[in-house]
Amino acid sequence: MLQIKNVYASVEEKDILKGISLSVNAGEVHAIMGPNGAGKSTLASIIAGKEEFELTKGHITIDGEDITELDAEERAHKGVFLSFQYPVEIPGVSVTNFIKTAINENRKAKGLKDMPASEMLKKIKEKADLLEIDRKFLSRSLNVGFSGGEKKRNEIFQMAMLEPKLAILDETDSGLDIDALKVVANGVNKLKNKDNAVIVITHYQRLLDYIVPDFVHVIMDGKIVKSGTKQLAYELEEKGYDWIKEELV
Amino acid sequence: MSLKEKLQSSYLAFEDHLQADSPLHDVRNKAMKSFETKGFPSKKEEAWKYTSLNALLNKEYSIFPKNDTAIEFKDVKKYFLNDIDTYKVVFIDGVYSSFLSQITHDVIDVCLMSSALNKSKYSSIIETYFNKAANSDSLTCLNTAFAKEGAYIRIAKHKEAQKPIEIINFATGTEAATMLQPRNLIIVEENAHVQIIERHQSLNDNEVLTNSVTEIFLEKRANVDYYKIQNDTQNASLIDSTFIQQQRESICSVHTFSFGGKLTRNNLNFKQLGEHCDSILNGVTMIEDKQHVDHNTLVHHIAENCESHQDYKGIFDDSATGVFNGKVYVEKQAQKLDAFQKNNNILISNKATINAKPQLEIFADDVKCSHGCTIGQLDQEALFYLRSRGIAKKEARALLMYAFANTVLEGVKIPELKGRINKLIANKIGVNLGFDL
Repeated sequence: MLQIKNVYASVEEKDILKGISLSVNAGEVHAIMGPNGAGKSTLASIIAGKEEFELTKGHITIDGEDITELDAEERAHKGVFLSFQYPVEIPGVSVTNFIKTAINENRKAKGLKDMPASEMLKKIKEKADLLEIDRKFLSRSLNVGFSGGEKKRNEIFQMAMLEPKLAILDETDSGLDIDALKVVANGVNKLKNKDNAVIVITHYQRLLDYIVPDFVHVIMDGKIVKSGTKQLAYELEEKGYDWIKEELV
Repeated sequence: MSLKEKLQSSYLAFEDHLQADSPLHDVRNKAMKSFETKGFPSKKEEAWKYTSLNALLNKEYSIFPKNDTAIEFKDVKKYFLNDIDTYKVVFIDGVYSSFLSQITHDVIDVCLMSSALNKSKYSSIIETYFNKAANSDSLTCLNTAFAKEGAYIRIAKHKEAQKPIEIINFATGTEAATMLQPRNLIIVEENAHVQIIERHQSLNDNEVLTNSVTEIFLEKRANVDYYKIQNDTQNASLIDSTFIQQQRESICSVHTFSFGGKLTRNNLNFKQLGEHCDSILNGVTMIEDKQHVDHNTLVHHIAENCESHQDYKGIFDDSATGVFNGKVYVEKQAQKLDAFQKNNNILISNKATINAKPQLEIFADDVKCSHGCTIGQLDQEALFYLRSRGIAKKEARALLMYAFANTVLEGVKIPELKGRINKLIANKIGVNLGFDL
């Protein structure tokens, strides 16, 4: 589904990604781990199409189609979803109005009419229940005054509503207590099926107890330096990243 | 002949029709003299530093425009609030249009300034209120000298206007350039309530200069919600001066929506004379091209235990220019005050300009006064967030602009008006988001 081929990327002329290749198939969960500043979030941003990040070399394709030149919204229309590490506060726009707008904009891009109000309402209710989200929460301004846990839960709620092909969860576990983490992970697992894929970006192995990856990749200094199974995550948890560095030398 | 000279000779002609030796005539003469001495304001004056009238003053305005132009209701229907029933006081080129209006004398007076100025039964009211709240700025004086028509509204004690009142001034643009000087007087007695919507609207692209003055008196516990919709054509300019006097426990809110016009200057003056008054000044400015909007506010706190809240949002595109000059003046005896002023601006283009100047002058020592002013661009991270959800750039920008203006919009208490303003904003940005904020 997703092919990243030898991607180099920079922000403000600083090279961050230095030749990343990654292949993700439908039905798979990939975890991307690595120390701070290794390029994990940059990789997420470059897939989602953030303008400040410049792809200097390489290609990204979704189902064989090159998306490197597409705008962020066009990538979303192709089924890419990024759960933000720091979701942005938008005062004056309720969670409900925001998600309605997003869904209908996606439909518009596909040449579909707006989703009928009753269907929208039903879907919102269903997905809110899945993530144990209180109805009152839906009429609040998007992310304004939300706790860390509420913000992340709201991200996964949006993912549930938009049903992306490829979901990238950027540090979704940060700022979550164990109960919130379970709810979020449970939501992701229920949304997971054979036709979609998930990339989990995380510092810690903790989240991977709940969202079990098929593959684990370690990024260091803008490159994937090691790939393996879930076992690799345990090793990293136990031994840190230094042994990989030593291995590389 | 300069505009000033033209106005002077026009005044002499106008005076011929007036009753000599009346107190009102004295007020006019004095006002005219004051205008003659001061002349039009120039950029040398602090209050006009960022707004120049020069380009407006060299036009050949017709001071008393012909008024034989008929307007069909269907052509102007869109300027009215059609979804709900309203009182309407409508003027065409400064002349009352009974055809388009719906006035009343039943319990409340929603009628004409010309009646109030000329009929003897109103003479004591005119003596008590006319020009008593207005200041002596030269343009206000000019309006006072020429005042002859506008809305006269009086809500009697403990009464509530059952419908909002729309005051609409149409300019037909029959003449190449027209000058209009409407004058409104609004008296809201003890515990009375009223909602008013004011609009100045040109019907073509000819030059129009409107110098409007409104005086509003709120007696004890009176409540006024006033909405100004400024969405005029590209050659229409407006100098709007509103003077509000509040007695104890009265609440007055003024929302100003400035969406278009060549040059718009809003002078909004509040004077709180009694304790426990609340004054609310809100505004959304959204302009582009070379449009100019200047908000000049003054809240004069004289009594104790009062509040004032100002929230002005501005979005400026292309080469548009904006001014926010907000002053809160607190007298020594106005203790236990809570005054708050906020002015936030977004510059969409590199050529847009905003000059913001918040001023607090405080002579009391036990007050809470705060102000904040920001100037920035649309938040890029927020824009990416919206776009990453599949919302196209244009819609995402619109959504952020809506969100930005929302704190002001939510203060609009007439749902149909709020819906209308939402539509105006959507039209301006060129998108339909499918929901109202």
